[in-house]
Formats: sequence, C-alpha cells, structure tokens
Amino acid sequence: MKNLVILGAGTSGTIMANHLVSKLDKKDWSITIVDQYETHYYQPGFLFMPFDIYKPSQVVKKGQKFIPKGVNYIVKEVELIVPEKNKIALADGEELPYDILIVATGSKTAPQETEGLIGPNWYKNIFDFYTYEGSKALREKLRNWEGGKLVVHITEMPIKCPVAPLEFAFLADAFFKDKNMRDKVDITYVTPLSGAFTTAEATKVLQYLLEEKNIKVVSDFNIERVDQENNKIIDYAETEVPYDLLVTVPTNMGDELIERSGMGDDLNFIPTNKETLQAEAHENVFVIGDATNVPTSKAGSVAHFEAEILMENVLAYAHNKPFKEKFDGHSNCFIETGGGKALLIDFNYEHEPVEGTFPIPGIGPLQLLKESRMNHMGKLAFRWVYWNMLLKGVPIPMVPSKMTTKGKKYKTQ
Amino acid sequence: MEKTIAGKTVNVNEEGYLTDFSQWTKEVGEELAKEQGIQLTPRHWEVIDYVQDKHKKDEALSVRGIKKSGVFDVKEFYDLFPGGPLKKATLIAGIPKPKSCI
Ligand SMILES: Cc1cc2nc3c(=O)[nH]c(=O)nc-3n(C[C@H](O)[C@H](O)[C@H](O)COP(=O)(O)OP(=O)(O)OC[C@H]3O[C@@H](n4cnc5c(N)ncnc54)[C@H](O)[C@@H]3O)c2cc1C
Repeated sequence: MKNLVILGAGTSGTIMANHLVSKLDKKDWSITIVDQYETHYYQPGFLFMPFDIYKPSQVVKKGQKFIPKGVNYIVKEVELIVPEKNKIALADGEELPYDILIVATGSKTAPQETEGLIGPNWYKNIFDFYTYEGSKALREKLRNWEGGKLVVHITEMPIKCPVAPLEFAFLADAFFKDKNMRDKVDITYVTPLSGAFTTAEATKVLQYLLEEKNIKVVSDFNIERVDQENNKIIDYAETEVPYDLLVTVPTNMGDELIERSGMGDDLNFIPTNKETLQAEAHENVFVIGDATNVPTSKAGSVAHFEAEILMENVLAYAHNKPFKEKFDGHSNCFIETGGGKALLIDFNYEHEPVEGTFPIPGIGPLQLLKESRMNHMGKLAFRWVYWNMLLKGVPIPMVPSKMTTKGKKYKTQ
Repeated sequence: MEKTIAGKTVNVNEEGYLTDFSQWTKEVGEELAKEQGIQLTPRHWEVIDYVQDKHKKDEALSVRGIKKSGVFDVKEFYDLFPGGPLKKATLIAGIPKPKSCI
C-alpha cells in the first residue's frame, strides 16, 4: 500500500482530496489529509463581515463536511516535514510516511513582522481583516465608530487576494454613505506599490473609481514602524501617515512549519515549478495554493484551477508517466466596488487583465474590467459556489482551468 | 514599444521598464541609470545583482525583505536610489517593478 498525504485542509487541500479520492486506485493508495483546525473558514467572507454584509456564521463550517469518504482525516498540527526520509511528524509525535506529499498549508498574516504593530491598541484602533478574529473585531468597531481618518494599508507584497484591501476601501466608502456619515470619514489607501493600480490598462480604466469615491492614495510607502502613541505609521523615507482607525494587511507568510522544515524562501513560501507545481527541491513533493511561490495571485480561484492540473500531474507521477499538463497561472477574481457593483478580472502568467466579455467570448454575460451589477451578483454567488462546487472539485461551467484569450481586448504589440 | 539604448534596440513598456530581461546588458543598465540621474557604483551593482537574483527565483521584492537580507541597510538603499528605491532599482536592473494583478 502506498501513501499520499495532503497537509492542510483549506481550499486547496480539500479540493485535492475530493479530486484524488475517485481517481487513485483504493487497492494501491491510501489518502490522508491533516489540518490543525476543525473549522473551515470561507476567507473571502472576511471582507464583508466588518460591514455587516455577512454574519460570522456564514463564513465558518466544520471541515469534516467537505472531506470525502475514503480519505483519512486527521485534526492535528503538523510539526515537521522530513523530505529526505519521506515522512511527516505531527505535533503529538505521531509519524506519517508518504510516497507522494501535497503541501497545501496556505499563507497567513504575520503582524509580528512590523515593529510596533502589535501593541496596546491592536484591536482597539488597529485591525486586520485577513483573519476571522480581526474581521469580527473590526465589525464591532465599525458599528459604533464616529468617524475620523480611516487608513487602509498594505504592508508588503505578496498578499493573498491582492485586491481585497482596495475592495475594503470601496466598501468602506459605501458603508459610511449608507450611514449618512461619509463627510465625517477621510479615507486614505496606503500601498508599497507605485499606485492603487499597477498596470497601465487598469489605471486607465479604473482611476475614476478613486476620484468618484474620494479615496486618497499614498504610494511607494514601505512601512518601517507603527507609532501607536501618536497614531501614525512611518515609512523608511520618514513619510508619516496619521490615522484614527488603521486597517492594515500585515505581511503574509507561509506557515512556520515550512521554515522549520527548511523548505521555504524568506517568506516561507516553497519554491515550486510554476507549470508542474512540483517542489523544486523534491520530486515526490507537490505544492498548491497560497503555499507556493508561483508568480500569480494567491486566491481560491487559482487554487481551483491549479487543482485540475495538479490532479493530472499527481496521477502521472503515481503511474510513472511524464507530466502532460502545465499550469498557465490562470486567475479569476471579482472586485467589489461598493453600492451593489463589482468588477471582474481574468488573467494568467502571460496576459494582464483587460476589458472583454466572460465566460462566453463576445457575449458575456459578465463584463471584464468594467463595473456592473451582474459582476456583484457573481461575487455574492461565489460563496455558494465555494461551499457547494469549488471545495468538492466540481468543474465550474464554462470556466476551464486554462485561461482563454478569446473575448478579451488585448492591444496588439 | 522599442527603444534604442547603449546602441541596442530593446522592448520597453509605457513606463520604460524592459519587457524582456534577456535584452538587458550592463551597458543598458548603466544608460537606464543615467536617465534616472544615477551614476552606478559597485554598491549599486550589488543591489542590482540582488534584485535580479530574486527575480530569477520568482521571489517577491520588498524593502523589508532587503532589510532582512542583511546585505544592505534600508537607509543605504534609499540613498543609492533616491525616491522610490524598488521602482528605480528594478527599472535599472531590467526586471518588472513589483506589482499587483491590476
Ligand atoms: C480577506 C480575504 C478575501 C479573499 N477574497 C477572495 C476572493 O474573493 N476570491 C478568491 O478566489 N480568493 C479570495 N481569498 C483568498 C483565498 O481565501 C485563499 O487564496 C485560499 O483560501 C487559499 O487556499 P489554500 O488551501 O492554499 O490555503 P488555506 O485555505 O488558507 O488553507 C491552509 C490550511 O492549512 C492548515 N495548516 C497550515 N499550517 C498547518 C500546520 N502546521 N499543521 C496543520 N495544518 C496547517 C491551516 O489550518 C489551513 O486550514 C481571500 C482571502 C482573504 C484573506
């Protein structure tokens, strides 16, 4: 009997378990999945919770519900991966040998990486919304906040769902308008990048959103420290941005497990072949989702597309056949702009997001890189799709794992 | 877009960043630096090697990462490339500036 072990039962690990259970021969292979928590979080919902659009109960479910029968499910922390010995050590000392390992341990916030971020005002007037706890605490804060300077801040790239902070700023604008207190709130978006939008195309067609919503942008801001006493963030060039309420996206890093196991880069992301999703250093280790260092967005949709490719590659590896499938970096993402509208983007390693129609080229009904109500419905439907289709590995109709260039308005170079 | 620099024709985007790293040479780097008002010193070249190495490994670039690397302190990095150090160092090194998906 051979063992396939999946570490992490978040978005990617759960999809892989569902894909592989029906594809790997049960006579030869035993599949095990390990996660430290019993709860599965719908992380995209963390964006909506602070604005009371989703209730906490809509973003958590028991992980067990999504693990298929025939897969051995262990709820324990993973202590170490020992790739030289093809085994895993769990926190309680138990060991799991593997023939094939899939690492799907994701990425998480690391507020301790920024000087002064965790201090007496953490979760008083400084919040993150990338964790369940942060998002929930911010909801309580926003219910009674009387206004002032709201600063939405990104510490450094890469972060998962890189558009979420901008969506947060847009939703905040709509939220305070609804509460008839927009004139009491000053919104500033602070980014280490060269602007709120970084591609020429997006800047051209989306810049109006910031003006329309009166969101100020501070760019090229590389934070050095938070001065909690004086309520300001300070960057290496000594630029200061004062705040009354700071909503920050801390540094995102892979789990410490990756560092302990000596398998990651500076940010604990695992060097991974961007086409085959095989770990660069070990041929029987595969990596999927936020845990990789591949140069596309860290997003649930990406995990879903990667999973279809990875399933084929794992099967090929298990049967000693050459890899046939190559991941193209496909990512697909709804971007809330507030007031019941959203944008949609579709891109890959090679092609930046442009205008066009999706998923049926020339028809739509969804519009790319353009605000519409239909896109907003798509974003809200994503929660249902996530729990009922995506995690179970059901293909999403008309949205293949590889991106199509049809129906997209690329400029000819 | 095409641009002739240091006697070579290279492809660049709207913001002047090379779109094909294989077209980069040290001479191109030197000329790009001059356009930014920077005269390259051995210390600059160490930064350029560092960011190019990160790029080849597909690893993310950030100022905090540079601080952690222990190779340069951040103050020096800002002194070497005044203004937006990451923006300028990547432009001169012939690699894309750090960006988001849109
Ligand atoms: C605010 C926010 C908004 C987002 N919006 C969107 C969106 O609109 N669309 C979209 O597509 N994506 C969105 N995302 C991103 C999406 O949630 C992630 O990209 C996706 O969940 C990644 O899946 P993963 O399996 O790689 O990691 P995760 O789902 O994070 O799973 C990792 C799992 O590994 C487990 N684990 C880690 N280390 C250990 C260990 N040592 N021992 C045991 N278990 C361990 C964790 O407990 C966790 O369950 C958003 C994310 C956030 C935070």
